[in-house]
Amino acid sequence: MTTYLDHIDDLASEVPDGALLALPPEYSFVPMALVRAIIRRGVKDLHVLTVPINGLAADMLIGAGCVRKIECAAVSLGEAGLAPRFSAAVEAETVEVLDSTCPAVHTALQATEKGVPFMPLGGLIGSDILNNRDDWKVVDDPLEQGNGRIVLIPAIQPDVAIIHSPLADRDGNVWIGRRRELATIAHASKTLLVTAERIQDESLLESEATAAGTLPGFYVSAVAPAVHGAKPLGLVEVYPPDTDEIISYAREARTEEGFQAYLQQNVFTVREAAE
Amino acid sequence: MTYSKDEFLITAIARLLETDDVRHVAVGAASPVPGAAALLVRKLKGGTPRVSLIHGKATNPFTDGGREIFDAAGQGRIDVFFLGGVQIDGEANLNLVGSGEYPKVDKRFPGSFGSAYMYFTVPRVILFRPEHSRRVFVPKVDFISAPGVSDPDVHRPGGPKFMVTELCIMAFDTECRRFRLQSVTPGRTVEEVLDNTGFEIDVPENVPETPVPEEDRLALLRSSVGVEIGDTYPAFARDVLGVAA
Repeated sequence: MTTYLDHIDDLASEVPDGALLALPPEYSFVPMALVRAIIRRGVKDLHVLTVPINGLAADMLIGAGCVRKIECAAVSLGEAGLAPRFSAAVEAETVEVLDSTCPAVHTALQATEKGVPFMPLGGLIGSDILNNRDDWKVVDDPLEQGNGRIVLIPAIQPDVAIIHSPLADRDGNVWIGRRRELATIAHASKTLLVTAERIQDESLLESEATAAGTLPGFYVSAVAPAVHGAKPLGLVEVYPPDTDEIISYAREARTEEGFQAYLQQNVFTVREAAE
Repeated sequence: MTYSKDEFLITAIARLLETDDVRHVAVGAASPVPGAAALLVRKLKGGTPRVSLIHGKATNPFTDGGREIFDAAGQGRIDVFFLGGVQIDGEANLNLVGSGEYPKVDKRFPGSFGSAYMYFTVPRVILFRPEHSRRVFVPKVDFISAPGVSDPDVHRPGGPKFMVTELCIMAFDTECRRFRLQSVTPGRTVEEVLDNTGFEIDVPENVPETPVPEEDRLALLRSSVGVEIGDTYPAFARDVLGVAA
């Protein structure tokens, strides 16, 4: 059964030190309020997996010292520029990076969805991404059908995944619309923590229009309300990204001092609104 | 009619998309210039090619999650894609990760995104890198995010066809593993291209100028096509094309 918690600070307690934590991509329901709660809790040694890319959330978690290792196809603030704490930590070697490529992350989660230990993926051969991945393996076409060499990507099962949805119901069902990568993340993860902009009484499965875009409750471990839970990022058709705020973060976080000041003002002295 | 550098690059890319074998152009994140070029050609040709902007709303056709664009490319459903690089070398190897000796890089950039797959699967990849300098066009990239060419025993229907910079357009010859200068931006010279390129390229005896933007195309960019790209890139539509959201 899905647990309903009153406040996202309670949800943040479900993220243990050392967890393999999956984050959705920047345009896809990133639970920024929950990320701030995780930073306030002082979680350590996370192994972050970006699915397949991320920006602000990964950058803040790294800057706040919560991350030991990150597997990513890219970390970027998009039009606001480079992710400053990510770049600084990689350059200083204070965080370990496993470089990947977008379809390899999707493939690794799809393998877990299907309950198989690995899946093949085209491309990659001749890249230094592959050359630096001891966990990936190149094999000759095992079916001997003349398809040449191909890369095997091992399954990844995140310990915890976190998302923010515009709408949940009381049965643990969560609306994700066409953000189907969130379904893949949910199917592959041991624990899924959800923050929701709104929680309605009527089941999302009652209507075919919402059922098609709904993640069923049996994948959802816990839900907590969080109004404006994706801000300063956007939530499609609910609010746009706060571009000025993201640009201001990109500027302040260029230095360690600026980032710490940002944390003091926007994370440590804030209690997130539940509703 | 006067035009901006971005408008020039949009029309230069658009001319590379006008052949009939281009049926579906996909455009990745943070790529307003290639996106506008694709939408311009779709307007000129009355609806073809299909144009998919991955972060658009109505211009984003994907409904099956982040993996769908890669699955579509793997099946050959995407004919054109755009890639760039922090560094690019003479064999069209791309580096999107960083400069210096990996993993101890001097300067870290975002990462390889989907390049290590799209470069192999999309038959006509156009490299777009406005900055034409020896900092970008290096003898050998420090990290290969995606290789320009592959051995024969690697399944590879895709790869680089053209590179568009502020100075020129080059074509890539996969057999010879070399770029060939195709045209030079008006007001710039072949010498300037060579001076700012850190690898050898083939230069034909006569190198034409890249045409300046056609007036009817500029008019479309500054009106209906500008509105379309503004759905995904409102700041670009406003600042570059003068089209308010």
